[in-house]
Amino acid sequence: MNDVLDVALRLLVVLAVFLVLPLVVGQTEHKVMAHMQGRLGPMYAGGFHGWAQLIADGVKFAQKEDVVPANADRRIFQLAPAVALIPYLIVIVAIPIGPGEGAVGTVVDAGIFFVLAVMGAGVLGSLMAGWASANKFSLLGGLRTAAQLLSYELPMLLAAASVAMAAGTVSLVGILDAFEWWWLPWQIIGAFVFFVAGLAELQRPPFDMPIADSEIIFGAYTEYTGLRFALFLLAEYAGIVILCGLTTVLFLGGWHGPWGADGLGWVWTLLKTAVLAFVIIWLRVTTPRLREDQLQKLAWTTLVPLALAQIALTGIVKVVIQ
Amino acid sequence: MPPIPGSGLAKGLAVTLRTMTKKTVTAQYPDVQPDLPPRTRGVIGLFEENCTVCMLCARECPDWCIYIDSHKETVPPAAPGGRERSRNVLDRFAIDFSLCMYCGICIEVCPFDALFWSPEFEYAETDIHELTHERDKLREWMWTVPAPPALDPGAEEPKEIAAARKAADKLAAQQRQEGQE
Repeated sequence: MNDVLDVALRLLVVLAVFLVLPLVVGQTEHKVMAHMQGRLGPMYAGGFHGWAQLIADGVKFAQKEDVVPANADRRIFQLAPAVALIPYLIVIVAIPIGPGEGAVGTVVDAGIFFVLAVMGAGVLGSLMAGWASANKFSLLGGLRTAAQLLSYELPMLLAAASVAMAAGTVSLVGILDAFEWWWLPWQIIGAFVFFVAGLAELQRPPFDMPIADSEIIFGAYTEYTGLRFALFLLAEYAGIVILCGLTTVLFLGGWHGPWGADGLGWVWTLLKTAVLAFVIIWLRVTTPRLREDQLQKLAWTTLVPLALAQIALTGIVKVVIQ
Repeated sequence: MPPIPGSGLAKGLAVTLRTMTKKTVTAQYPDVQPDLPPRTRGVIGLFEENCTVCMLCARECPDWCIYIDSHKETVPPAAPGGRERSRNVLDRFAIDFSLCMYCGICIEVCPFDALFWSPEFEYAETDIHELTHERDKLREWMWTVPAPPALDPGAEEPKEIAAARKAADKLAAQQRQEGQE
């Protein structure tokens, strides 16, 4: 009975985090982007500096008609948003935010494999949406998504593999237990590769050519309306939270901090995640969209060699310190 | 020398970060009233006490947007045995702000200082016909007209004040003489 209660409670907390953090990131994006452009951003919803803007948006989306195009593959079309969103919910279960059993949804032994594999599945949602919409722009968007996923999954996995090599384990908790502060400069190239590849996989600017609105309307999401469209947007922001959390856990030492390690580890995790999320927003405001060929060039001529170099470096240092 | 890869990106990031720390340019009208320059040309106010119905403004208006009606009144002689005087009385003074192009020629041309620029600007209407504002509204806008700018230090005394002072001095000198006698 106690076990059931424990599991239920953990799942509830994970669900709450999953629903709240993406909204916080979204609201931060509204405000940070506005101020970086010399504007104020939302100011009315909720009274104080528009804090309830995204709740208002959610209400608006819920009120809209849910249109399915006549020629669309009905069932696939309707399923796609869920396929895009749910993998992120599953991933968040495995990310530890503090030391010990109590601060992680569930300890997965092959944590890195689990997390990266499930995250990769999220992109299926975009592919399904692009194929099922019966719309040429959606199809183009879906194909671009596929191409992007193919080229960026590799450097992401290689960078993650480097950390696993350094720690000698593929468990996320195990990696954090083995973490030392000098891993930071040691794995810095890997961190860069992982973060950039993750950005590309989330289709965030400057890697947003699958949804490039000035070229192909809104890519795979062109035909979506109402709540299903909102789910795709939520998936994007959940993806930001997951990517920042993973980068924090793998490369920035998660709950380790200069002080206050006991009991306050989760604050460090959240803080690092928040800073990374800010960087993602900052990059979005600053950079123009890459061209499709530039995107492929960056992956194959820069990120993959860098990731391989990082693995070599990790191996050499590992052998030397033994 | 070729630029360092990523230097352009770093420059861009610096720009956005600097912008974020600066004050935003968004004007929060209507929650916050705009901070207008004192001589803003918002709308035209009518000081009808000064108007003599000379019709110069209506004739000079390039858009013909000023409507004036008046009638003549006979005033009894000021002194017994004098002549009766006739006087123009203003019946209607309206400006159609859907035609007005805010050139300000009427204000320039008025010889009796009856028209003024007011910084007031919130007079939007839902019907175009209601943009023809009548004399009571124009008179109300007079209250929002700022005082004329101060004279330069060392400027010549305004004519009307000089004339008034001259008359007052004369009167005082006369009274003094009478007192001595």
